[in-house]
Amino acid sequence: MRFLTFLLAWAVKAAAIVLTIVVLNFCLIRLAPGDVATVLAGESGAADPEFLARTRAEFGLDKPLAAQLLTYVGNVLTLDLGVSYRTRRPVADMVLERLPATLMLTGAAFVFALLVGPALGVLAAIRARRPADTAITVLALLFYAMPIFWVGLILILVFSVTLGWLPPFGMRSIIPPVGDVARALDVPRHLVLPTLTLGLFYVAIYARLTRGAMLETAGLDFVKTARAKGLPEWRVVGAHVFRCAMLPIITFAGLQAGHLVGGAIVAETVFAWPGIGRLAFDALLQRDYNLLLAVFLASAVAVVLINFATDLLLRIADPRIGAGR
Amino acid sequence: MSFIGKPLAASIVAATLAAGISGAAAQSPQRGGVLNSTLWPEPPGIVIGINLNAPTLLPSSKMFEGLLTYDFRMAPQPMLAESWEVSPDGLTYTFKLRRNATWHDGKPFTADDVVFSVGEFIPATHARSKPTFERVKASAPDPHTVVMRLSEPYAPLIRSFDALSAPMVPAHVYRGTDFRANPANQSPVGTGPFKFKEWRKGEYIHLVRNDAYWQAGRPYLDAIYYRFIPDSASRALALESGQVQLATQTDIEFVDVARLGKLPNLKVTTQGWEWNSTISWIEMNIRRKPFDDPRFRRAVLHALDREFIRTNLFFGLAKVPTGPIHSSSPYYDADVPRYPYDPAKAAALLDEMGLKPGPDGVRARVKLMGLPYGELWNRLSEYIRQSLGKVGVAVTLEATDVAGWGNRFANWDYDMTTTFLSTLSDPALGVARTYITANQRKGVLFTNTSGYSNPRVDELFAKAAGTSDDAQRKAMYSEMQKIVAGEAAIAWLVEIDWPTIHDARLRDAVVNAFGPNDNFAGAWLAK
Repeated sequence: MRFLTFLLAWAVKAAAIVLTIVVLNFCLIRLAPGDVATVLAGESGAADPEFLARTRAEFGLDKPLAAQLLTYVGNVLTLDLGVSYRTRRPVADMVLERLPATLMLTGAAFVFALLVGPALGVLAAIRARRPADTAITVLALLFYAMPIFWVGLILILVFSVTLGWLPPFGMRSIIPPVGDVARALDVPRHLVLPTLTLGLFYVAIYARLTRGAMLETAGLDFVKTARAKGLPEWRVVGAHVFRCAMLPIITFAGLQAGHLVGGAIVAETVFAWPGIGRLAFDALLQRDYNLLLAVFLASAVAVVLINFATDLLLRIADPRIGAGR
Repeated sequence: MSFIGKPLAASIVAATLAAGISGAAAQSPQRGGVLNSTLWPEPPGIVIGINLNAPTLLPSSKMFEGLLTYDFRMAPQPMLAESWEVSPDGLTYTFKLRRNATWHDGKPFTADDVVFSVGEFIPATHARSKPTFERVKASAPDPHTVVMRLSEPYAPLIRSFDALSAPMVPAHVYRGTDFRANPANQSPVGTGPFKFKEWRKGEYIHLVRNDAYWQAGRPYLDAIYYRFIPDSASRALALESGQVQLATQTDIEFVDVARLGKLPNLKVTTQGWEWNSTISWIEMNIRRKPFDDPRFRRAVLHALDREFIRTNLFFGLAKVPTGPIHSSSPYYDADVPRYPYDPAKAAALLDEMGLKPGPDGVRARVKLMGLPYGELWNRLSEYIRQSLGKVGVAVTLEATDVAGWGNRFANWDYDMTTTFLSTLSDPALGVARTYITANQRKGVLFTNTSGYSNPRVDELFAKAAGTSDDAQRKAMYSEMQKIVAGEAAIAWLVEIDWPTIHDARLRDAVVNAFGPNDNFAGAWLAK
């Protein structure tokens, strides 16, 4: 019963949040000067007043802002996201065709970071203030501090240009490789460098978070009790210390998961990955409002859903959460 | 090649010599091979006319052709028209068409397609060529002859038949439809050596060899891929590693061009952008003080070391201009008032205007809205700020993005701004628009945005466009250049020599004024 109430309350809140985001986004992007007609004219090196007026009229940009907002919200409520000003294709199609590429990249980076980061953090905590700890801490700091685009370029330089092991950009080979195995490995091979680039940053964060939380927990009384009752060390670390240290990891994983849709712009740019972050960035520069709003909407929905999942996970990991209410 | 900066030039000569020697045995074109080119940004569409963006032109020019093309000196050469004739009064143009040209869907290319293209399609879609072809009345006396009539001579017309200015489109596909919504825009049908195959959004455009192309044996390449690589450093690495074999214009940061040119597997040329003849300048809003005074504008020119800009900001891929007409144009006149780097002269001019330095050394405060096209342009803005600061003009930099810049520039809402613009194949097409009074049109980019106005200049531009005698045109444009340069209507900074960087194995890609925007019928890859 309590869970049902929780679910209902969540659904109402989620709908209100998404609608607010739609309205806010609509208003915010109109603060930027210039519109799609100016941009298209600017790119062509030729402008014509008739062309400008026709473009604006075609997309209703000549109407008052309030009227445009009402039309837009009405359309969104009927799940009609409109067409792109630039390509004249339905934006829902454009977003959906880019979504898998982004989810593949951010998902791979997410899994990679969640597997490697906490493991390194645990290792560092167990070996606290010894060489292994120092090495992990320094590396984590390095990858945390280095700009993502720079890590990406260095990886391309080393693994593609110098060693020639991995493709430097794109999602698949233009000419499909010969042989079933090679063909199956084509996309994964393209995925390695961008995943590393995006993932290493999160690995660093998880490693630092885990190490800190582990060390903090290790000094607590219940851990001493566990040791005192003679539990083997792996159970002390695994079942007691790490379970407690998991809470900040789950919280942060929730945050990272919120970025699954829109959080890979830089990696997508460096590796020419055909994803949605890049689509949004270009749409912003080109004032392709419909397309940009659609990406924002997709991203907002993803964040709301993932927050919900995070809440659930936290309840499972720590029964105290939610029980106290 | 001779336009390139010295350190670069030496290495390119060396590379050319080396390639010439090793490749001497295999100079006849070889069939086969796939060309990968960069393309950025991803274009909104790939039919010239419907879209005119630079990234639209590159793939589109492989699929669509014009009646003519032009050599490096912009002299007309046959393309879909095998011969042509202009009547002595300059009012009638007669074109004889190729008999064996066909559209990609197999239908023959005929005079009816030409009449439709210049009479309906271009005036309705092509913002740049609309004013030219609205003057033309085209008819087809037989399926292989087109006659175009003018009511008064229009000299630039003969330089307007290239694929970029007047692409031939199929009448049987477009006639009677909404041109912009026609499904053929997603899968273009042209006469060119390459056919549309696939556009994978966010990844690449794939063109394949047109086996039925009207030039027998051509093209040599099997396919061309235009690949979208958003990051310029990644594009440079892609060229370096041989993943792509061609990049041009703004694809590679100028600072990287010199470095790439030294690599044994790459070559750099600045030929192939003659049709475009780009000049970059500072535009000052003449409606505002102190820009309304020609002495202030002259002072700005004297305060800038344009040789420094050429070598240190554009890395030698530029020339210092003298006035409104590009030095590669046959109408260029170098004998105009010049503005060499001379800060003392600039200070004297400002003194003469009564702009004396205040206690803080500042004579005037102005704002510069720099072109938001990346690092090069930011550095240029910085340099202008420093240089004008030295003569007592305090410059505040205003940051915008492309859309914001275009909006403010078009609506005359700026003090000073940096920009670049193509001056095109004829002064009547690409130069007049910036200076004539009739073209002051608020809200429209690439018009006379500065507010410059001089009745004599208006008269000269109008007369020169309507005169078919070349010597007379030359004299009129010379007088115009002297006046406009004398009044420093605009502060011309550099003529930009857009580089084309290509793999050494890619041959005959840059063969005329269109370079990478040519149809590539003759381009081939050495094995």
